[in-house]
Amino acid sequence: MSVLLDRNTRVICQGFTGQQGSFHSDQMIAYGTNFVGGVTPKKGGQIHMDRPVFNTVAEAVEQEGAEASVIFVPPRFAAAAITEAAEAGIKLIVCITEGIPVMDMLKTKEKIAGMDCTLIGPNCPGVITPGQAKIGIMPGHIHLPGRVGVISRSGTLTYEAVEQLTQTGLGQSTCIGMGGDPIHGINFVDSMALFEADDQTEGIVMIGEIGGSDEEDGAAYIRDHVSKPVVAFIAGATAPEGKRMGHAGAIISGGKGTAEAKFEALEEAGVSVVRNPTLLGKRMLELLA
Amino acid sequence: MNIHEYQAKAVLAEFGVPVPRGKLALSVDEAVAAGESLGGNVCVVKAQIHAGGRGKAGGVRVCKSSDEVRAAASDILGCILVTKQTGPEGKQVNKLYVEEGLNIASEFYLSLLVDRESEKVAFVVSPEGGMDIEDVAEKTPEKILTVAIQSDTISAAESQSMAEFLGLKGEQLFKFADLAARLHKAFCEKDAAMLEINPLILTAEGDLVTLDAKFIVDDNAIYRHPELAELRDLSEEDPRETEAAEHELNYIALDGNIGCMVNGAGLAMGTMDIIQLKGQKPANFLDVGGGVTVDAVCEAFKLLFEDKQVKAILVNIFGGIVRCDIISNGLMEAIKTHPMNVPVIMRLVGTNEAEGRKIVKDAGLDVRWAEDLDQAAEFAAAAAQEVAA
Repeated sequence: MSVLLDRNTRVICQGFTGQQGSFHSDQMIAYGTNFVGGVTPKKGGQIHMDRPVFNTVAEAVEQEGAEASVIFVPPRFAAAAITEAAEAGIKLIVCITEGIPVMDMLKTKEKIAGMDCTLIGPNCPGVITPGQAKIGIMPGHIHLPGRVGVISRSGTLTYEAVEQLTQTGLGQSTCIGMGGDPIHGINFVDSMALFEADDQTEGIVMIGEIGGSDEEDGAAYIRDHVSKPVVAFIAGATAPEGKRMGHAGAIISGGKGTAEAKFEALEEAGVSVVRNPTLLGKRMLELLA
Repeated sequence: MNIHEYQAKAVLAEFGVPVPRGKLALSVDEAVAAGESLGGNVCVVKAQIHAGGRGKAGGVRVCKSSDEVRAAASDILGCILVTKQTGPEGKQVNKLYVEEGLNIASEFYLSLLVDRESEKVAFVVSPEGGMDIEDVAEKTPEKILTVAIQSDTISAAESQSMAEFLGLKGEQLFKFADLAARLHKAFCEKDAAMLEINPLILTAEGDLVTLDAKFIVDDNAIYRHPELAELRDLSEEDPRETEAAEHELNYIALDGNIGCMVNGAGLAMGTMDIIQLKGQKPANFLDVGGGVTVDAVCEAFKLLFEDKQVKAILVNIFGGIVRCDIISNGLMEAIKTHPMNVPVIMRLVGTNEAEGRKIVKDAGLDVRWAEDLDQAAEFAAAAAQEVAA
């Protein structure tokens, strides 16, 4: 098993015919994702990459049975695209778009609360079940089907961890990039619950960042509910207070959200913490030996 | 994006929030004239910089005559103000705001922010006005109340709970409810990321007035607020950061001596952290981003080469969307005008890795290659130490 998606998941792309949407849809198809079409308003009826284009997500759900959607819509329209996907009945919504205004995300999260869907992102690399399917922008070739679940707030730092897990031969069950925005969908707690329940996942790598309290919440959940070994790294120990470190959510404000506080919370929860991100794979190998 | 106090107050005034009367002054004479035109016996001369803690640093002076205004303005204008938030290098004061003096009966703290946990806009209030709220949070957390606003507008119960927590009574409760509603509206409509009123005062006459205002706009929403974009004051920003932003690079100047060039914010932070583990400090945070071009990489290298603090450069690229050959070509462009004056350590992995290495090798550049991030950081730390010695 794996979590969130497998080779059968029927995937569409919102912003399908755009430059980013086209490039990454092509990559997803090449990876083996069950890619059934895309949505671009006013281009419905066209064929793009041998797949049908629809005007709305609802049409894609009705005609192609779409279950998951990846969003490459520009920031000012992306929050509305998330809502549209949720209202059309899409179960897994992956929003890659970076730069969505926070107020838009607050309203969108309020609208989709209570609906039967999982949002990943925004401002994230997406989700991949190696060897089966990928929904997102991560380089597929560095992955290896395997035993470790990965959940991360960072994109490229995830690739770093994935490469180590591949080199050590452990491989990955599913890798989830939750994204770097302050208001986002899936979090550490949700992901831990999925990985704990998944047979294929034997260990979990968690990559956090400064800012907010997602890592502390994750730590509390791990302490009470997770039996599998967890290895964690928090980026930003050297980041100055009050500066936004690239990601909108990566900011220490009022002395809160420091890497040190997060490392401590995780250690107290029994998580194996590494302060050098190049040791994630090695540490997991030791724990699963 | 930050804006100045006088600009924040003008924004709030549009929403009917009570602010003191005041005038901007760019010279000592203008400050004196402003003080005289405000009338009254007392006025306050305030330094306008993008940092808090101005009062304690001597950037705010109460004046009782034109002579005192002249003296205060002469002292403050042009000086380098070092506050808790400016860092040791301080900030030069280029603008003054001269405000009417008010009879303060009590001072409170009030701020609005996007609460990540409740995913709502939240108020934070405290009866400890004028204090450093971080200190209050640490020493007397019971004196802080956080109220997440549950719907699009603030409810009577929500504002009453805050007003009572601040010790307001009678007519003041209604004035607070009105003020809170206006602040909430301003915050939401102007896409604020943070709005801090410290202090909010109750005057001897029984009015609530925002005596100070700090307003941070959500950078992602500036596109729909051209009126706020105009308020940007570039003199308040690090010129290197401004230059980098023009090329869509995420750059933040730091105080170490290893220049970093990385793709991705998380990996960029991770790279900074590992440099510290190797006993050195990063000179900057630099995320070249996913859609980077040769031109932008070239500009990024120039920024690092021009930085006198930088003793070695660590390039750490894990190419997914970013192609390694773009990074190498950017370096080739940069060295046409900026000779490599410090050791460059490169770690290139991922998309077009072989092409990237070949470009640099064919040009015969004296670059040290690292096989992984750990080794790259080690090489960079050793190189920086050698140059320093």
